[in-house]
Amino acid sequence: MEYKDYYKILGVKKDASQDDIKRAYRKLSRKYHPDVSKEKDAEQQFKEVGEAYEVLKDPEKRAAYDQLGSGWRTGQDFRPPPDWQQGFSFGGGGFTQGDAGGFSDFFESLFGGGRGSSRGFRQGRTSFHMRGEDIHARISIDLQDSFHGATRTLTLSVPEVTDEGVMKSREKNLQVKIPKGITEGQQIRLQGQGGAPLGDGKPGDLYLEISFRPHPYYRVDGKDLYLNLPVAPWEAALGAKVKVPTPEGVVDLQIPAESTSGRKLRLKGRGLPGKSAGDLYVVLQIALPPASSKKAKDLYRKMERELAFNPRAALGV
Amino acid sequence: MGKQLIPILTGRRLDDEETLSLAELCRACAVHADRILDLIDEGILEPKGADPRRWRFSGSNLQRARIAVRLQRDLDVNLPGVALALDLLEEIDRLERQLRRLHP
Repeated sequence: MEYKDYYKILGVKKDASQDDIKRAYRKLSRKYHPDVSKEKDAEQQFKEVGEAYEVLKDPEKRAAYDQLGSGWRTGQDFRPPPDWQQGFSFGGGGFTQGDAGGFSDFFESLFGGGRGSSRGFRQGRTSFHMRGEDIHARISIDLQDSFHGATRTLTLSVPEVTDEGVMKSREKNLQVKIPKGITEGQQIRLQGQGGAPLGDGKPGDLYLEISFRPHPYYRVDGKDLYLNLPVAPWEAALGAKVKVPTPEGVVDLQIPAESTSGRKLRLKGRGLPGKSAGDLYVVLQIALPPASSKKAKDLYRKMERELAFNPRAALGV
Repeated sequence: MGKQLIPILTGRRLDDEETLSLAELCRACAVHADRILDLIDEGILEPKGADPRRWRFSGSNLQRARIAVRLQRDLDVNLPGVALALDLLEEIDRLERQLRRLHP
């Protein structure tokens, strides 16, 4: 297992005061809190910070950790010394805030001893009944899945109590129907697909939160879709009938004459399907033909000469 | 060798019609009803229905409640702080969607 440098994780010196450690923890836990943070690996970082603080905030655990010596580096292969835990009394567990289940093997090997028995349900298996816990997970789907409905497979780790009465997580494969018209952030509730119960309790429920994988050209906002549509200058200026892709096939769209870049045209009901279907907004982007040939250059020069056009007139220059 | 057959499950989508009772919301957030009542008192959750026995919570209520519980537990934020954070998070979300709409 890998050695973890808890001081480095919190960004404090080895001789930092308890107050310094608390401040560093508070700051980093806000920075990496998965509900707030935009950092990619926020959840992992948040766990590491929590684990580091769990050890360093407790003078006894900190002293024990310090005793390992400073010769270790992050990621180095680590085994606890044979005389580990002698003279320290934290073996019985007793976690305050942290979710001990999420801590690293390194932490478990140092401070996790003896907790297994207190978490087990050895005696209560037959007389104790409890509903299984509800589980929450996320599932990424493609835009097309919401348009047509789909079946998606996902793998979950579900907590379970084994026959020996020990909490364990088990991998579980599920195939789930994605309802047509589902939007980003909506949840699907699957009754009885959550954590296993104790005794004669009922199993918990599973909640799946939908997120959309990015699409190469449609952007999704609730039920509405946005599409940037390049048009030629003459199409925008003179008006034209052009082909537009929609998730349900190509349609013809009339571009009004004298359209400007950024003009939004609405295709009603072409967004995500449903009782009140969303709309597809086409945003015009005027694309300039490259002036790479002599002919193109000549045409641009002709426009320059013959059109009295000052694009900066509104700026007074 | 044969691939194990997994049954296809059909869930219910949480929307205007499919909502949660107070008991279901408590279970989904793994908290006691008192904590949910606190969130309602603070205006963080707005259930539909006249009295607690008939309260119904939407999918976005579930999301807000779970974030609120986590912020309280992990960051020691008090209720007005949680309410403020949730409003700001939703504002950021709205602005990000707007940004994405303009600049893909």
